[in-house]
Amino acid sequence: MALQAIAFYLMALVTVAAGFCVVSARNPVHSVLWLILAFFSAAGLFVLMGAEFLAMLLVVVYVGAVAVLFLFVVMMLDVDFTALRQGFARYMPLGLVIAGFLAAEMVLVSATVAGRGAAADAKAPAASGADSALSNAEAIGRVLYTDYVYFFQAAGLVLLVAMIGAIVLTLRHKPGVKRQVIMNQVLRTPKTGMRIRDLKPGEGIGE
Amino acid sequence: MIIGLEHYLAVAAILFTIGVFGIFVNRKNIIVILMSVELMLLAVNINLVAFSVYLGNLTGQIFAMFVLTVAAAEAAVGLAILVTFFRNRGDIAVDDASMMKG
Repeated sequence: MALQAIAFYLMALVTVAAGFCVVSARNPVHSVLWLILAFFSAAGLFVLMGAEFLAMLLVVVYVGAVAVLFLFVVMMLDVDFTALRQGFARYMPLGLVIAGFLAAEMVLVSATVAGRGAAADAKAPAASGADSALSNAEAIGRVLYTDYVYFFQAAGLVLLVAMIGAIVLTLRHKPGVKRQVIMNQVLRTPKTGMRIRDLKPGEGIGE
Repeated sequence: MIIGLEHYLAVAAILFTIGVFGIFVNRKNIIVILMSVELMLLAVNINLVAFSVYLGNLTGQIFAMFVLTVAAAEAAVGLAILVTFFRNRGDIAVDDASMMKG
């Protein structure tokens, strides 16, 4: 139990510290790297809770896809990031006040819910699903593909729409770039494609 | 010392607050704003998974998966809009983005 507590506090501290560095780093590339660290340690928290499948999903989706996408965009855009930091000090006091109130309220509500609310008697992690002999991934799969199959399909649709939207937004046709137009190639006939010229012997084609 | 539900909820609350704080202080830098939104969604996921595990109900983890899906879609579309915005204007300062007269 002591080992679990040490692991929890270590990963919670790393998650929160990395999250704070994300919003306060001077360079957005560093922000992305701190974000990756925050996702990794959050995945560690998930493992600690016993949600291994979601932990791996977090690593694959967030670290492998989303963070790398952020990294690409940050490095691709040629922006003067120091100019974007103007007003950081000006908005800091207001932000700190609101963040302080929000954190205090949410921590109080969390403590109340955990102490007296619906989760009052949940002092230890319950076994995942009805049958604790199943692994976490198998238990999720048994629920996901039966009870929530329509939601699963809808999630796929959301991803499809996002993919099409991103492609449509960023695709552009530059004028002056030669492209292959397959219809023109197919519709080409001998009449349009070549000429028959009458040449006299011993002379080439004088243009 | 037993790590209870309230510990995870506190971590998620602090992480969510950091996300809100990040949106406040980085008002011009839309990339960091998007990252702050990702942090807030991560906090929501921690909450969902913590309740799911401590109440012994898998629905929370399923819902966390859908939140993950929507977060990925949001990041993709948001960054695509950002790239288009940068192409049209040459910078990404969002505080004077008033082309739509909003």
